[in-house]
Amino acid sequence: MRPTRGATSTLGRGARLGAVTLLALLFLVPLYVAVVAATHPASAFLRGVPVLPGGDLLANGRQVLVRGLPGTPSVPRMLLNSALMAASVTLGKLLIAVPAAFAIGFFRFPGRRLVFWLIFVTLMLPIEVTFFPTYQVSVQLGLFNNFGGLVVPLLASATAVFLFRQVFAAFPLDLVDAARLDGAGPLRFLAEVALPMARPTLAAVAVIEFVYGWNQYLWPLVITSSPSNATIVMGIREQIAAAESFAVPQWNLVMLVALLALIPPVVVVVAMQRWFVRGLVFQAR
Amino acid sequence: MAARRRAATRGTFPGWLLPLALILPELVVVGLFFLYPAARVVEDSVTASNAFGLSSRFVGLANFRALFSGGDELHSLEVTALFVGVTTLVAMALGLFLAVQVEQLGRSRVLFRTLFVWPYAVPAAIGGTLWLFLFEPGIGPGARLLADLGVRWNFALHGPQAMVLVMAIFVWQQVGYNLLFYLAALQGVPSEFQEAAQVDGAGKLRTFWRVVFPLLGPTTFFLLVMDLLAGLFGSFAVVDLVTQGGPAGATSFLVYQLYRDGFVNSNANLAAAETIVLLVIAGVLTVFQFRFLNRRVHYR
Repeated sequence: MRPTRGATSTLGRGARLGAVTLLALLFLVPLYVAVVAATHPASAFLRGVPVLPGGDLLANGRQVLVRGLPGTPSVPRMLLNSALMAASVTLGKLLIAVPAAFAIGFFRFPGRRLVFWLIFVTLMLPIEVTFFPTYQVSVQLGLFNNFGGLVVPLLASATAVFLFRQVFAAFPLDLVDAARLDGAGPLRFLAEVALPMARPTLAAVAVIEFVYGWNQYLWPLVITSSPSNATIVMGIREQIAAAESFAVPQWNLVMLVALLALIPPVVVVVAMQRWFVRGLVFQAR
Repeated sequence: MAARRRAATRGTFPGWLLPLALILPELVVVGLFFLYPAARVVEDSVTASNAFGLSSRFVGLANFRALFSGGDELHSLEVTALFVGVTTLVAMALGLFLAVQVEQLGRSRVLFRTLFVWPYAVPAAIGGTLWLFLFEPGIGPGARLLADLGVRWNFALHGPQAMVLVMAIFVWQQVGYNLLFYLAALQGVPSEFQEAAQVDGAGKLRTFWRVVFPLLGPTTFFLLVMDLLAGLFGSFAVVDLVTQGGPAGATSFLVYQLYRDGFVNSNANLAAAETIVLLVIAGVLTVFQFRFLNRRVHYR
């Protein structure tokens, strides 16, 4: 029985590899077409998009980065805003989530259960659920069309607290007791024991929150109004509209901007895949 | 020994002022930007404001009646259900299928995982932009291919085509997420389970459905909830970029309809009622998820 099984699984392996490769290539088609489009002049698409990349990447890049499409915010400015927004969301989340998870994990204070539930009802709910009333409240708090408005309301999610709580809950109890016997206070314990041990989770949360911040579309769209506060992801809408106003739609420029907007989160996720996967899969535990 | 005497507080620090101070910033942010808005929207949903927003009066459930009495809003509920149902089913089935294949590829596992996961990292709006070009009638390679095959492709005119396009974009992004979780879960299935079933003479496919798939139950359940939530709330960017809810409301899903009612039509009370609907749906899904999460935590 063994030999036949071996033979069929070799055959099965080839077919499996072929099928999976084909699907993987299919998944890459939108990206490949964008690369091809971004390296040609727009007029090249009138007879259909070419099969291979062209040589106009630098010319298109100059057009996009220096001159920009008419009536749209500057692309370098939008990239900078996105980077600052994503970095601030990441830093802000870590700064408020780590202490919160630490308090829940290592203290027994009155109202702990209530606080726990108040925070964790938001775990599964993205800002899109309450974006309308959250927008109204943010405007009243003076957060309309400024950097604070782009960042602070996005911090209201429990994902990071939850991930850190999971790590802290798995700590051996003796660790705290030993620290207490040594006379170490809670803050020293946090800095010298808990945080170093939670380093993989720190990395995972950083990746998840950076991508979360960078990829926002609806929130920047409603909370900002001036070009100086636009982000690259929400700004793509105006780029498309401007490109389509030409007699020959400037899709090459739109695709180049799209590539610039997708490279940071994709590179971060692919390069830090181990942490990203760990963080995501940890949520299901 | 000292630790044993403090059995009630093992593994914790004493005091309550410090933990409250530590948790306060998170609590303030969640309170201000989630809990308070969610509570306030309840009030808005049962009142009607005049055109200047200066006064409002109690109207009971009138806003909800407007929501369910036909017209754009009811249609929005229907197309949302269709979109979320189909995309969840397809993304989960494809994710599971690919995970099973990739799991057996040995050393190239990580490479193939990467090749399916990267679209998940692409901002939805940018993913929508790539596909918009791909299927732009007359220009996009996808659109030209369909035209060559005899399809009268124009998603700006044909509702079903717009729906299929938006569904495809969403599935393209979500499959990698499902694959990740299934892959992790499959690696946790002891191979003895599969081998034992094969010795018993069960066919490969039957082994999978009767032995392996039930073991993936918690993952399937988790992904079901996450995909439903992603479909409900993650589709806004794609819809706004690719179809603007059209043609004739064919892809005007709940969050997009809410955006239109709240920001374009400036009907705050209708938008409030729609937010309540979203909160109820999301709340039910969250409760399901929490029951499952709690069970897992207890088992550890």
